This record gives sequence, C-alpha cells and structure tokens, in this order.
Amino acid sequence: MAIAVGVDNGKAFGRLLYSRLRRDHSQQFCKLVEIDKSISVPVKVLETFPDLFGLLCWQTVHAAIIRGDAAGESHESLEITIFRAIRCPLSGKRQLSYGGQTVVIEAKGLCKLYGDITAVDDLSFQVAPGEVLGFLGPNGAGKSTTMRMIAGFLTPSSGTATVCGHDIQKEPIAAKTVIGYLPEGAPNYPEMSCGSFLEFIADIRQLKGDTRRARLDDVIERLHLGPVLHQAIDTLSKGFKRRVGLAQAILHDPQVLILDEPTDGLDPNQKFEVRNLISAMASDKIIVISTHILEEVHAVCSRAIVIAHGKLLADDSPQALEARSRYHNAVSMKIGDGTDADSVRNALRAVQQITRIEGEGNSITAFPKDGALLLPRITELANSHQWRLDELHLEGGRLDEVFRDITTAEGNA
Amino acid sequence: MNPVWIILKRELHSYFATPVAYVFIVIFLILTGAFTFQIGGLYERGQADLIPFFTFHPWLYLFLVPALSMRLWAEERKTGTIELLMTLPVTMWQAVLGKFLAAWFFTGIALVLTFPLWITVNYLGDPDNGVILAAYIGSFMMAGGFLAIGACLSAVTRNQVIAFIITVTVCFLFLLAGYDLVLSAIQGWMPQPIVDAIASLSFLTHFSSIIKGVIDLRDLVYFGLIIVFFLIANAVVLDMKKAS
Repeated sequence: MAIAVGVDNGKAFGRLLYSRLRRDHSQQFCKLVEIDKSISVPVKVLETFPDLFGLLCWQTVHAAIIRGDAAGESHESLEITIFRAIRCPLSGKRQLSYGGQTVVIEAKGLCKLYGDITAVDDLSFQVAPGEVLGFLGPNGAGKSTTMRMIAGFLTPSSGTATVCGHDIQKEPIAAKTVIGYLPEGAPNYPEMSCGSFLEFIADIRQLKGDTRRARLDDVIERLHLGPVLHQAIDTLSKGFKRRVGLAQAILHDPQVLILDEPTDGLDPNQKFEVRNLISAMASDKIIVISTHILEEVHAVCSRAIVIAHGKLLADDSPQALEARSRYHNAVSMKIGDGTDADSVRNALRAVQQITRIEGEGNSITAFPKDGALLLPRITELANSHQWRLDELHLEGGRLDEVFRDITTAEGNA
Repeated sequence: MNPVWIILKRELHSYFATPVAYVFIVIFLILTGAFTFQIGGLYERGQADLIPFFTFHPWLYLFLVPALSMRLWAEERKTGTIELLMTLPVTMWQAVLGKFLAAWFFTGIALVLTFPLWITVNYLGDPDNGVILAAYIGSFMMAGGFLAIGACLSAVTRNQVIAFIITVTVCFLFLLAGYDLVLSAIQGWMPQPIVDAIASLSFLTHFSSIIKGVIDLRDLVYFGLIIVFFLIANAVVLDMKKAS
C-alpha cells in the first residue's frame, strides 16, 4: 500500500484545510462539513499527490473513510492534507508533527481501585497530535482519576499510560517534562505572589535566559496577569487563580496539555476567554480537557470520550455524538400569528418522511424517518400553504440528551 | 538549578511570606531566654557556660518543631498543591529533601539568632567555646531528628492538628526512651536486649552527652540515622498514598 506521510496503520492524521461541500445527490441537499478542523479517522488511502511545488511540506491524499460494520463498509471520499514535521521556511513556525509520531498519549488498560470501589475500569484510548480531546462524564465518573494517572500523580492499580513515548511509571520525569497539567480546582501556593509562583515554576521547568523571560512574558500577557503580578495568590479572585493555574501549565510550552475542568466556576466571560485560549493553542499541542459542561465540548473539542463509572462508553467527534440524538436532523418551528398550529400538524402528519411530531401550542418539532432530510420538504409545504413561521431551524442533535442516554443507561444496567 | 534547591528556596520563601517564621522565631527566642535565666538560673550558677540554655532545648523542640513540621505535607495535601508539586518534573526524593532541608535550615536560623546569649557568657566570663559549638551542633542535629519524624507523620494525614499531636507524642517517646516512664511499660515482658535497644534510642541520653562537651561521633551518627530513617519512611508514606 502506498502510504502517504502521516498515514500510519490505516489511520490518517490530517487537517482539513478547505471548506468542502458534501453533496447528497439523493436529497439534493448540501451540508457544510468541518472547516479547518483536526480530524483523526480510519481511512483507506486511494491516491496520494505531493504538494504543488514538490516541497513535501504537505501531501494531499485521496482517501476513503471507513465507516460502519465489517459487513457493509461504506466508503466516503475525502481529501486530506497532511503536514510533515517540518518548520515552515517562511514563517519559521512549527508545523504539526504528523510525520513521525502518530500517537502522543496512550492509555493502556488503566485501572484504579480505591478499596472496593473501582474508580477507573480498564480504560484504553489514544490521543493523536492536533486533537483536542474532551473527557465527558458525570461527577465521580473517574475523569479526574484518569487524568491524575496520566499526569503521574496517582499510580494506576493496573495498566499504564505513555506520553510522547515515555511510560509514566518507568520514566516519570521525562513524561512530566512534556506535560503541562492543571489539576482540578487549580491549586496554587496561596501565600506566594503570582509573579514569584511563576518564577518558581520556571525554575523547576529549567527555563533559562531569554527563553525564560520570553515564556514568562508570553503567559503573563496571554492570561492578562500583569496587574496582579505582585499580589499574593490567596487575595486573588477565583478567575485570576484559575488563570494563574493555566499560566503555570503552559509556561514551558508543553507538547501535551492536560486540563482538569479548566473553566469550572468561572463567569461566562472568563469561560469564553479560556476556551479561546485553548482553541488558540490547539494547533500545535495535544490537549485533553475534562468537563461536565457540554457546550464546552462543542466550543473546543475535536473528539469526545464519555465515561461513567470508570468505563469508556463513547468515543467520537462531538458532531457524531450529536448525530446519535433523536433530535438529529429534526426540524423545529414556531408558528406565527394567523396560522393555525393544528392545521400545520395535520399537514406534517401527511408527510411520509416524518415519524413523529412533538411540541405544544405554537412550537412544533418534526422527527425524520431514518435520518431523512426534512427541511426542503417542510419549506416547500410552508410556501404552498402560506404558513407564517416565526422560527424554523434544523436541529443538529442535542448533546445533553445523548449524554444522559449514554451515562444513565450504563448506570441502570 | 537542582530541584532540591529550588524547592528549598520556595519553602523558605513561604515561611517568611506568612507569620509562621516570625512567630516561631520570636517565641523560640523568648522561651529560650526565659528558661535559661528564670529556671536554668544562668546568673545564679556562677559558671560561664551555656548548659542551662541547652538543657531546655529538647523540651522546647518537643512543642515548637512539630508546630513547624505539621504543615510540611498535610497542608500541601489539604490545599491540593501536592498534586501540582508531584506532577512537576521532580522526583519524590527531591521533594522530600527540599522540604525537609528548608525546615531544618529554618530552625538553624532560629538557633543562630540566640547568639546574644553566647556573647553574654563570653562577656561575663571565659567559657569553653568548643563545648558551646559542639552543643549548638548537637542541638541542630536533634532539631533535624524531630523534624524528620514530624515530616514523615505530616505525610500521613491531611489534618495538621492530628499531625501535630501524633508528632508530639512520638517525639516525647523518643525523648524519654531511656527513662523509666517509657521503659517501665516494656521492661516486664520484653527481652532485655530489646529494652536496651529502645533505651539507647533516647534523644535525651545522646543530647545530654553532647552538651557536656563529649563529642562522640556515635551521637551525631545517631541523629543522622534518625533523620535518614524517617526521610525514607516519609517517601514510603507518600508512595503509598500515591498508590492507594
């Protein structure tokens, strides 16, 4: 098999550079799919092309996404651009190092027992470069315990984790050097001033000279810590404390960033800022965040792992998780004055592709049969019947519902 | 820079950033002064030496050192900073040593600040400064022993009060191991060699020979071994907590 750079073991790690339209011929409906998002999907390589100038900075690969069960593999054509591990000659910026390393974090059968309680139960997963992995789960699901084991704070009862090829049990120092870790609640030494705390971290991380100054300046600016640099940490507000914790985690510009509930307890503006910060860093780092806030998964993650009772229950992109929702591709509308909601309901009931109609009063949600696309049909109906619609939108799926389904089904089992 | 040194610096910085350092030093100096003059009768004895001063050190340390050591690990665990410290690229040993040495160095500072007493006896008479130096070294070593015990027990719990009380109790047993209070409890049913071994663990026996100017290397080695033993125990406790 002609394997393109960065395609390894049938997995391609690439970055979609162009917005693409996926045309669904049967439905005559175009849907915009991910733009410039990191992906990691199993593929079958069909053709490879070098880049325009033959510089081997990137390669375009025609590949087929392998979906579905072994019996009925459905192929979907996909164009992926894959970078090699090189510095861009013009900007000098580090590109994604997809060429050599294909897996940066690997958890192998992680287990953690507290007495009789199994906090983490045989958890295995891999995180590839360019991924922002969201760890989802209810409180007490084992998110923090897993992160603590990967970061080297807890010893697993069995199993292990490797980070950039370093086993956290056997080479803890090498592994901890490449990790930036924000523990839950962002603990800091309360009596230290923000500045001297960061100096301490810089010392421990062995940052020296100009690099040290530049890194300190960079995190202080990025997290807006300038005004509180000389203030003792315990006099700071919660938002500032969290930012000091984040500054500490990214100070040495780590390859791997593990953040345990980075936005917990922040106000909406601060959450927004922290998410922007994470998104900005996502291009050249591997980031794992844990959260129980679902909107966050949408905002920053390219992949989500759902765990409950220490077990891995789902591992997919946020979009794919949403697609599991019964609301996926459903159409919701709000009927305006002058149109009778019941007559709309009756008209909708006559549509073949609709299985179910929900909603009270002026709100109606129509659910499709077998994922059929309802929007064109409903728009057509609305035009011909001259309905007044105040609102009409296509549901992507409701993550909270999927989350509840996944996590509670396990609990009842 | 060596991580031990970096941690030591940070710890010392913390002592002086909070009232802990000042309260400890002031109380230590007031108490040593009070004991030396009021109870020890430095003037009344009519001798130019510092024996009344050093005699009370074990008893002062019994309460002051556990107050210093109780926070070493219990506080880190309580505030969660232990998670930060242990996920930084430092080994368990470097963390244990850095923290212990910082506390030990700090008691050294407190000890050095008693120098006016040394000036006083030199002004009043003509003491044997060699004996005084030996006693200072002995006192410093004994403080190290107390601290190592305290550090180890502080790693056991996240509650500083519990760490304090257990440390005081254990240190008290070590102090009086050679005396009837402790020995009578075991004399009846333990074989004599073990009773002797326990008796020889007494801080007080080892320390009292040092302050009299008898510098026996064995006494210093004894305190050194106590420190090493409890620091190893400290690391073992931390390792167990990490795995549990």
